[in-house]
Amino acid sequence: MFGVLALLLLSIGAIWGLAFAPPDYQQGNSYRIMFVHVPTAMVAQSVYLGMGVAGFVLFVWRMKIADVAISACLPLGIFLTALALFTGSVWGRPTWGTWWDWDGRTVSTLVLFFLYVGIFALRGAIADSDLRGRASALVAMVGTINIPIIKYSVDWWQTLHQTSSFTLTEKPAMPAEMWLPLLVMVLGLYFFAGFAVLHRMRTEVLVRERNTQWVAQLFSGERRAV
Amino acid sequence: MQFESFSEFLAMGGHAQYVWMAYGSMAAFLLAYVMVLVRKRRTVVGELKWRAAADAHEVEQ
Repeated sequence: MFGVLALLLLSIGAIWGLAFAPPDYQQGNSYRIMFVHVPTAMVAQSVYLGMGVAGFVLFVWRMKIADVAISACLPLGIFLTALALFTGSVWGRPTWGTWWDWDGRTVSTLVLFFLYVGIFALRGAIADSDLRGRASALVAMVGTINIPIIKYSVDWWQTLHQTSSFTLTEKPAMPAEMWLPLLVMVLGLYFFAGFAVLHRMRTEVLVRERNTQWVAQLFSGERRAV
Repeated sequence: MQFESFSEFLAMGGHAQYVWMAYGSMAAFLLAYVMVLVRKRRTVVGELKWRAAADAHEVEQ
């Protein structure tokens, strides 16, 4: 269901953003990169927040499913953050005249990338599953401090990234023909993330519970429930 | 439609390489990620089915 919605919304949003949204009066057509850059950056941060919550749940209540959630969020988060950095670089070249600069938001997003990769490496390095879960939960929780830093980086260090174009109280600083396709892309990528995380979690649960009765019963005979 | 022709659409007002690199990388990522998810699921399900079949065979004997 999430997967179908994601495919639908991302297709509509991409065509809308590429062909039907009006060009920007300063940037021309290069601003169309926004429709892929902004969603990847947003969802990359949200996936991290989700992982932080899962970390909290694992740390406090020792729920096994939270560890499964962390393991499912990690690869998605790594690739989404890499994609946000890459599309940002590709947008920065024609717009700011550089592939890379030590801008506040860019650097804090790079920190997000290293947090993801760090937790991934940490999980690979600890053999004991209980310790592995608690260590990655702790780092995931502590790392959430970086999310508000990314959010307010544009106000604290006014370097290259502009400040927020969207607030809860004021009208968006761009016309509807531009923010509507952006909204569609953002929603589409959120659905994709929901699909990707849940799909991976289901596979991971099967792997971890492979020696239990219910998994054995699931695959004996012709019944197919997965 | 904001473009007069298809070639103009591809040219993206002179920013073709940047725009298409961004959209291309996103599309490639989405496609590859789904492929990896599906392949992983298939491997795991195949293995579990094989195990279940082996268990059933053992019980029969």
